[in-house]
Amino acid sequence: MSNLPSLRLHIPVPPARPGDAPSFDHLRLSEAGAVRRPDSAAPEAEMRDLPYDLIRVLDGEGRAVGPWDPKLSPDMLRRGLRAMLATRLFDDRMFRLHRQGKTSFYMKSLGEEAIGVAQSLALGERDMSFPTYRMLGWLMARDYPLIHLVNEIFSNAEDPLKGKQLPILYSARDYGFYSLSGNVGSRFGHAVGWAMASAYKGDDGIAIGYIGEGTTAEGDFHEALTFASVYRAPVILCVTNNQYAISSFSGIAGAEATTFAAKAIAYGLPGLRVDGNDFLAVWAATIWAAERARTNHGATLIELFTYRAAGHSTSDDPTKYRPADEAEHWPLGDPVDRLRQHLIALGEWDEERHAALVAELTETIRAAVKQGEAVGTLGQSKPSVREMFEGVFKEPDWRLIEQRRELGV
Amino acid sequence: MAQMNMIQALNSALDVMLANDPNVLIFGEDVGYFGGVFRVTDGLQKKHGLTRCFDAPISEGGIIATAIGMGAYGLRPVPEIQFADYILPAYDQLVSEAARLRYRSGGEFSAPITVRSPYGGGIFGGQTHSQSPEAVFAHITGLKTVIPSNPYDAKGLLIASIECDDPVIFLEPKRLYNGPFDGRHDRQLRTWAGHAAGEVPEGHYTVPLGKAATVREGKDVTVIAYGTMVHVALGAIEESGIDAELIDLRSIVPLDIDAIVASVERTGRCVIVHEASRFGGFGGELSALVQERCFYRLKSPIERVAGWDTPYPHAFEWDYFVGPARIAAALNRAMEA
Repeated sequence: MSNLPSLRLHIPVPPARPGDAPSFDHLRLSEAGAVRRPDSAAPEAEMRDLPYDLIRVLDGEGRAVGPWDPKLSPDMLRRGLRAMLATRLFDDRMFRLHRQGKTSFYMKSLGEEAIGVAQSLALGERDMSFPTYRMLGWLMARDYPLIHLVNEIFSNAEDPLKGKQLPILYSARDYGFYSLSGNVGSRFGHAVGWAMASAYKGDDGIAIGYIGEGTTAEGDFHEALTFASVYRAPVILCVTNNQYAISSFSGIAGAEATTFAAKAIAYGLPGLRVDGNDFLAVWAATIWAAERARTNHGATLIELFTYRAAGHSTSDDPTKYRPADEAEHWPLGDPVDRLRQHLIALGEWDEERHAALVAELTETIRAAVKQGEAVGTLGQSKPSVREMFEGVFKEPDWRLIEQRRELGV
Repeated sequence: MAQMNMIQALNSALDVMLANDPNVLIFGEDVGYFGGVFRVTDGLQKKHGLTRCFDAPISEGGIIATAIGMGAYGLRPVPEIQFADYILPAYDQLVSEAARLRYRSGGEFSAPITVRSPYGGGIFGGQTHSQSPEAVFAHITGLKTVIPSNPYDAKGLLIASIECDDPVIFLEPKRLYNGPFDGRHDRQLRTWAGHAAGEVPEGHYTVPLGKAATVREGKDVTVIAYGTMVHVALGAIEESGIDAELIDLRSIVPLDIDAIVASVERTGRCVIVHEASRFGGFGGELSALVQERCFYRLKSPIERVAGWDTPYPHAFEWDYFVGPARIAAALNRAMEA
């Protein structure tokens, strides 16, 4: 036997479990306005500090500070606030409808609304997003009709996806929203392929792909980064680090050792680590990466540092694995509250207008749900069963035709 | 018409499509400047340009994922997977994404990609250069699986695959690249020179997917095969003296069920031949279909001749590989019963 201590297997455990006091002391955070903003065309080698910082614009008083302030107009800020609130109110309503048995499944974006909304507004109509299932804000920001969402969630006769897909796994090509799937990570490389195609054709659209911090452990993540780097694809690759993969804290995905943004360094790509609950910071980082992509300087990896304030899905109870009050202690606050506070600090918003907006959106959502319920909730209504056999191939082959007849539809 | 082997015919198909359609592009491991380990993309980069035919990282999952993204954009990528044995890292992309994209998006997005990959044995390639994975694709609805058996079909089927709006797995029997191998590895090998199917038009033409070819007409027994086994079966039939009808499926999805049923109804006997291992192989599906549709016309049990249920072994190449003797034995069993 040697004199060395025996080997020990390390299993990461989070700082707090149910019953413990929430603790975020271990997080690497920067002060608002403290991180430098290099030129978007600067060589990657000159920005290897950025993945370890945290780009923030909004300070504790709701002021926009520092070089990343995108200096948005009050109208655009109000538009963002509106879409974020719409997302949150819609989520609430749908979660309750699930509890009433009107659909089979739902997932909320609670606490992450700034990401989809800011990026949707910051990017252009010809750009394509390859979303995760917490990007409803993207569609809300582009005024995707609520009734389409409701019908898809009810899988009813008017479902735009014709009853073929689980609730919330939307597809909306005209709104720059690629088909979602329940397999996490498998569209990350599609974003790169889309961007390569745009470059191949000499077009002007770019792609933005999303993956959760948990899913960065999949090969898809590394494959996409490799291809994005090799071919200098005009793509923004985002890791939405909401701290949880169902019940597993981010340490299980490697967060104890480094940041997710820092994974970019090995691929020679810029890595930005951004406060995902800060509408302005998300916007600013996105525009920076978009500018880099549009000028043929290639891809950027952005870690959007946020917190999943709700459970993973309607099938999850987060109080079983984390302190029940942990969300309230998240040091980067709530994205809706922070943008509201900023608008109020600018003198461009007040509580009265906010309450009126909430009332208006609540009513709009209520009306859309009512309209969807009139078509039918899950099980009350569905597209023609013939539809089940359509779209497997462009034209059904004899198997599908025979099986459709066998079912008698 | 020109005399071509299968490599040249495939190269010609890609050349024609690169010239015809600016949305066609090729990428894969070693396919660019070098022209591919089997030379199928030889000269295409030089002729059509760097962005039309280029090298990819050793990342089958990444190759197929990016191809799907390109396909969704509106391109018609033709990625190459260097050996079908290496396609499994891309299996999730093919099954969960390419095969389902049209369906799950309500038709908003689709993946019109053609994945070329050399497959099959008889080349002393051992476990990792010899496998026949067609059944794992045939089982996945939403994918088409095409397997040519000669230069003429290879070119026409490849063009049809690239023009197809659905994802296609295009498996190239590498043992047939240079000649119509009949399994007699101990005899003088033939090339495609002088073979009727080695006469290949230089321009654009298609061979439709889902249409089998009757390689040999006969009245006693129907032999169903594809890829290299078409030639092995043909050799075995000719030596046996049995008047067998030989059907080359050319694509297993879509499957030409009408050709199979029409033939078996005439002959009343059926022998199914494939290189892949037997259990769970595509022959099981063929056997079930024939039984379901032709049971009362069958005069003898359906025979399956297939690779053994072992990994593909190196030293035992010719003990594993389905050769003429095993096919002849199956033909005799079918006739004697």
